[in-house]
Amino acid sequence: MARMLRIVAAIGLGAWVALALARCGAPQPASGTEPPPAVSIQQKGSDTLVNLALAWAEEYMRLHPEVRISVTGGGSGTGIAALINGTVDIANASREMKPEEIAEAQKNGYTPHEHIVAWDAIAVVVHPSNPVDGLTLQQVSDIYTGKITNWRQVGGEDRPIVLLSRESNSGTYVYFLEHVVRLGDPKSDALFSPDTLLMPSSEGISAEVRQNPNAIGYDGLGYVTPDQKTLAIARDANGPFVLPSAETVNNGTYPIARPLYMYTVGEPSPHVRAYLDWVLGDGQRLVAGVGFVPLKQSPTGGSAAP
Amino acid sequence: MKQKPHLRWVEFAIESLIRVIGFSTVGFVILIFLFLLREGLPAFAQIDLGNLFGTRWYPTFGLFGTLPLILGSVLITISAIVIALPLGVATAVFIREVAPNWAREILKPMIEVLAGIPSVVLGFFGMTLVAPIVRETFGAPTGLVAFTGALILAYMSLPTIISVAEDALDAVPKMYRDAGLAMGATQWQTIWRVVVPAARSGIVTAVMLGMGRAIGETMAVMMVTGNAARMPLGLDALFRPVRTMTATVAAEMGEVAHGSVHYHVLFAIGIILFVITFLINLAAASTMFRKRRRGGLR
Repeated sequence: MARMLRIVAAIGLGAWVALALARCGAPQPASGTEPPPAVSIQQKGSDTLVNLALAWAEEYMRLHPEVRISVTGGGSGTGIAALINGTVDIANASREMKPEEIAEAQKNGYTPHEHIVAWDAIAVVVHPSNPVDGLTLQQVSDIYTGKITNWRQVGGEDRPIVLLSRESNSGTYVYFLEHVVRLGDPKSDALFSPDTLLMPSSEGISAEVRQNPNAIGYDGLGYVTPDQKTLAIARDANGPFVLPSAETVNNGTYPIARPLYMYTVGEPSPHVRAYLDWVLGDGQRLVAGVGFVPLKQSPTGGSAAP
Repeated sequence: MKQKPHLRWVEFAIESLIRVIGFSTVGFVILIFLFLLREGLPAFAQIDLGNLFGTRWYPTFGLFGTLPLILGSVLITISAIVIALPLGVATAVFIREVAPNWAREILKPMIEVLAGIPSVVLGFFGMTLVAPIVRETFGAPTGLVAFTGALILAYMSLPTIISVAEDALDAVPKMYRDAGLAMGATQWQTIWRVVVPAARSGIVTAVMLGMGRAIGETMAVMMVTGNAARMPLGLDALFRPVRTMTATVAAEMGEVAHGSVHYHVLFAIGIILFVITFLINLAAASTMFRKRRRGGLR
């Protein structure tokens, strides 16, 4: 539900930003007492990051009314392409820039700078009474493609497994599919089993996981509540089983986590610089509320939202 | 008495206004359908029919099989009606024929309140309370199954069925009842053999309208049926998750890229849904307007 609210807020903000931009574009706006915004920062890119970027932009504009930040989605590739063409100040990306993209930017005379702004970690959750404590990535993949259908097959009780997933439009769904169900193999065409229950919200997943001992679900780490049991995940059968936490996500030992990036090119303007510094500093306290994991520095970060 | 010309003019204006408003309702329905066609028809051209009516719905990977969704909607709608029909007709008979006046005065407004409960509230109720009961009672792996959806939908279509069926019973002339009782039939026999058959066409209409209500319901269904796009075939289909057409459109429309194939397919689902509800309503209307046969009782 929190994400739902955030989306509504994001739409509202988007409309407001669009209006504000339209007003800026109009010749000689008769804007009474309010001085026109001194600087505007354009951001584009990853749909995964868009809610977080909007939350940051909203808060930063409240603190610095002279700055206008516009955030649009469209995908990491779109954002990076816009950055290379010099039409945006910041590209949001949920993946690293590819070597050919860096080469193209350099051809245009820009040097890309990478900033890790937050972590996206996915927790795999089950009912608290489930005796299974950990799974390998391969086991999670087999469960979600329908090869493993009973908890007995992974060391649990003799119960059928009920698969819970987010809806297919969620960034979490796509990431989980690519990196867990398909085990990061770009050539794989594995899909979620048709028996997978697609839940329209995080609340839908947590409600079912809380009350159904057969269920397995996944969601952004920030959305996992303490009344669900989080599983430790291992890269392979030998590897250590690691529980997700701010610590294990930041040091890279938890396997289902990825950094989220903001890219800038060349020497960023002082305003962009100030914004990025704020994002990496004070802005980190907004991260958990949107379901992501903050960077290591904040001592209280990474805990599940209450 | 001759009216003042001024008054006549006012009357004409008001009449015209009402007429325009009346016709505009029809106009809006036509416009909505045209819009649906404009946005949905490209889907039939962009992907082949084998895919569109296939059995696999993975819209992010170019698999747009709508068959599981259509069958899912049909399954829970029919199950809901099977549950709601006896309850609804029995309630209508009780209110109209059996209940004393004071009970009728209490029951009728309460049924109207039932119709006013927001579907999201019923969905939440279904998700947190009904689903665990269904899972434990029937031993299903999860409670988010077609049957839970059917229960909630039955509950939601009950007010429609009860009020329309009650109107139909009300329209049965009193002399039918008098005649039945005068022939020595008990009250039960009169109700069951005379009054209900006489109101048959109205009861069919009630069921049709209840179906129209059920098949178009979205929020509650999306919350309790699990939304797994599997083919609901086999004997256990009622106790497995299903995905309906309405839930699919509601869940996916928010994030779909405008003008993409997926976008057009969602509108194509809208067309299918519109056609189904239109046919149901048409059937309801045709039974409603059919001349009531007098004396044709068996």
